[in-house]
Amino acid sequence: MASAQAYPSSEPERWKYLDRIRTRAGPFTNDGIFDGSMVAGQMDKMKILVIGAGGLGCEILKNLALSGFKDIHVIDMDTIDISNLNRQFLFRQADVGSSKAEVAARFVEQRVRGVRITPHNCRIQDKDEDFYMGFQLVVCGLDSIEARRWINATLVNMVDDAVEDSYTPLIDGGTEGFKGQARVVIPTITSCLECQLDMHAPRAAVPLCTLATIPRQPEHCVEWAHVIAWDQEKPFPELDKDDPAHIGWLYQKALARAHEFRISGVTYALTQGVVKNIIPAIAATNSVIAAACCNEALKISSSCAPALGYPDDNYMMYSGNDAIYTYTFKHEQKDDCPVCGNLARELDVDPAWTLGELVESLAARPAAQLRKPSVRAAGKTLYMQSPASLEAQTRPNLERTLSDLGLREGDEIGVTDPAFATVSFKFKLKFTKKS
Amino acid sequence: MTEIVANQTPPILHGPTEKEKKYDRQLRLWAASGQAALESANLLLVNSGPGVSGVEALKNLVLPGIGRFAIYDEATVGEADLGVNFFLDQSCLGKPRAQCVTSLLCELNPEVEGAWYPNAEDVTTLESTLATSPLFTAIMYALPIAKDTLALLEDYGRRNRTPLVAIHSAGFYSYFQISLPGAFPIVDTHPDETATTDLRLLQPWPELVEFASDMTKDIDNLDNYEHGHLPFVTILLHYLEKWRETHGGANPATYKEKIEFRTLVQKAARTNIPEGGEENFDEAAAAVLKTVVQPSLPSGLKKVFEHEPKKPIAEGSSFWIVAEAIKGFHAKHDCLPLRGSVPDMKAQSKVYVQLQNIYKAKARQDAAEVLETAQSIAPGRHFDAAEVELFCKNAPFVKLINATEGDESESNLGAADRLREVTAQEFASDENAELTLAPLSLLPIYLALKATSHVASASADEILADVAKTVPGANDQERVVQAAQEVARAEGGELHNIAAVTGGMVAQELIKIITKQYIPVDNTCIFDGIASRCQVLRL
Ligand SMILES: [Zn+2]
Repeated sequence: MASAQAYPSSEPERWKYLDRIRTRAGPFTNDGIFDGSMVAGQMDKMKILVIGAGGLGCEILKNLALSGFKDIHVIDMDTIDISNLNRQFLFRQADVGSSKAEVAARFVEQRVRGVRITPHNCRIQDKDEDFYMGFQLVVCGLDSIEARRWINATLVNMVDDAVEDSYTPLIDGGTEGFKGQARVVIPTITSCLECQLDMHAPRAAVPLCTLATIPRQPEHCVEWAHVIAWDQEKPFPELDKDDPAHIGWLYQKALARAHEFRISGVTYALTQGVVKNIIPAIAATNSVIAAACCNEALKISSSCAPALGYPDDNYMMYSGNDAIYTYTFKHEQKDDCPVCGNLARELDVDPAWTLGELVESLAARPAAQLRKPSVRAAGKTLYMQSPASLEAQTRPNLERTLSDLGLREGDEIGVTDPAFATVSFKFKLKFTKKS
Repeated sequence: MTEIVANQTPPILHGPTEKEKKYDRQLRLWAASGQAALESANLLLVNSGPGVSGVEALKNLVLPGIGRFAIYDEATVGEADLGVNFFLDQSCLGKPRAQCVTSLLCELNPEVEGAWYPNAEDVTTLESTLATSPLFTAIMYALPIAKDTLALLEDYGRRNRTPLVAIHSAGFYSYFQISLPGAFPIVDTHPDETATTDLRLLQPWPELVEFASDMTKDIDNLDNYEHGHLPFVTILLHYLEKWRETHGGANPATYKEKIEFRTLVQKAARTNIPEGGEENFDEAAAAVLKTVVQPSLPSGLKKVFEHEPKKPIAEGSSFWIVAEAIKGFHAKHDCLPLRGSVPDMKAQSKVYVQLQNIYKAKARQDAAEVLETAQSIAPGRHFDAAEVELFCKNAPFVKLINATEGDESESNLGAADRLREVTAQEFASDENAELTLAPLSLLPIYLALKATSHVASASADEILADVAKTVPGANDQERVVQAAQEVARAEGGELHNIAAVTGGMVAQELIKIITKQYIPVDNTCIFDGIASRCQVLRL
């Protein structure tokens, strides 16, 4: 039963709607962990980190500022592009080219009195563990799976059983078109983003021979221009996917190739979409997903109502294509998760494979998706991507078969990838016969 | 001289305009046609209470470039507004809320026009707002709302056939309800690409048969390259022919027969080659269960065929005439007009393009037949051929929203009866929820919020007393009691996050209704911010 007393914050009239909910219990509040008199004071002092100041990030900053958080940091290395303006509502035409983190932070600080927002105009990988240790909550609004996996691995690695503060909940949002998801990770306690990786399988790559000899789709022509023609002709020193001249060159090449094979459908927008792997995005979906994330942040920080995460549901899937459908469920933690599990994950391999083939297969597997893997086994380094001297030394191993290298069924290999901090993915080899 | 040089340079290929650049991420969802519809739309928000959900919805519509919006809101900005509404700041205190919100929303997109009422000049009431504004494409209104205000809006909606969206958000809960002015058909529903494969393998037409038999007539003597590049469509057609020869002319029909047929196809692949197998035969085998099927009439289209519009079909919109023509096509050919697209498959470029053209030509031929029938149904009417083609292409996925409702809105008694009926159904299915593992109904949230439709706030007991009047007995249900307590906890206040979730969903729905693309909610969507999930009910 709702108690009558609300505990007002320092500006009672301004925050009265919020205080009614966050400082007094409702019928679903867990009285064992909730103390309304403490909520406003605790939230005033909390440090919360927002990763990404794009479509979701702008929404998240607004929502957190209006949820009673006072000390917010935001990290993003990007600058503002004109194609951001249809949804990233903290930016204006005049801001194009400026730092997203800085413009967004300044805007929300000015709009909402009493909130402090500290921008970090850099890559998440530029910050060390001490930096991330300083936050009680991380809210993530990214469009890159790699960056998500990096922060997930970092937060899981930070957990030290002896230090209570080392469990930093991670709230993650993602959207594509009218669809999206919001999820909560309590590192090492609940399913992490790596456990859930197979829910976001990468699109199957088109075989190189199709691109080179038998293109059939307009996308094949664009990929040919991108992967083959560019390398052959090197029209500019380095491909800049944001430079219209570069995209224009690829478009013309793709168009000529499509013409040659009588394939229709190559356009500038398609070229750009394929080359930059553009995901459609709109304000409305960002609004839903970012707010669903921040709603969890408020519930976690105040305990004023049960939140996603622990012990039950931790994942909300949302789809707005066909009416509106949500599916909220508990994604189970995986014992063989390379980041938060204890067991090595089984990896089907053919003993006749070369190490090079194994390395390539790691990129394509939905449950691995490692693009620049280095491989070790039983204390031996089999292949290292960097530094260059080690790469050169270990490169000959790529040509040798797994059995030649002395690998046996059941052996454990450790795989690292510069994209995922210090995490070593453990795999247990399972030999399968050649098909 | 310069002129000659200019003439020699190849024409510059058309790059995107500034506008295309700005709207790139959304044009990929609803294309130029959807964008044009958005840009000619004119929306009204009638606001009350904290009124944040409607403002968030407008934010999500101003950004993608809605043509015009107007806000009618009698409130002046108070301190509490600044803690929940992002489109107000310190300098707004004491000013009309409609004016301040409109001005800050307009900053988001210089291409959007905003208006606010009541203003100090000529338009001082909702009545004069409705009377003097350009026709509204849709109207959103926040609950709670005064009964006479609601009556005004409902009257406007009836007279002008304007969709209305009611929005109610309090604490962790919200719902919105869409009232459409009659049956609402959508052709461009954007089905999942994987669901659209229509190869008509069991009813192939002469050109396709000829093409396939030409490619496969000497199948065993083809060299490995050619054999490995037969498109899977021709492989399946060839082995279907073989199958019929040994099965009295019948196609594989049962699941068991299809598995047998699949094995037949798998075994026909060559394995004594360096690759050890053939990708195109793998594709063919994988496609058997999905493509070797007798077409059936999808439920959405069936609903369209069975719907009886009020007006005689020939006098109605072209949608109903084309639908009638497709119904005739289906009756005559026992299949729908061909979709005409071919999924990617292993094949030589030239062969694949030929196959594509055979499917496209047939699709055009089917569409031309439908167009002809449509013209015979409504002689003298002009039909846009592209529109008919789109309808034919999407026929299996066409959807009719708000189908059971007549053109005139039902009496209040009808709505009340339906609510009681749905409540009984929902409670009955909750009884079995433990067995079916289905989530519990969110209807209790709707009942509790609805009890405060016309009052600023109410105690849990007052809410339950009102619920007892609309749905007798529901007030005793534990989950309804909890929902009433939760609504009472908010005392009519909004949480910004719940407002932003709700405003996001409402904006999605209005985009779908305005662009007539994707499928709108029919008709009520309830959001539970504690469990973090939605439920859609027709109420
Ligand atoms: Zn994990």
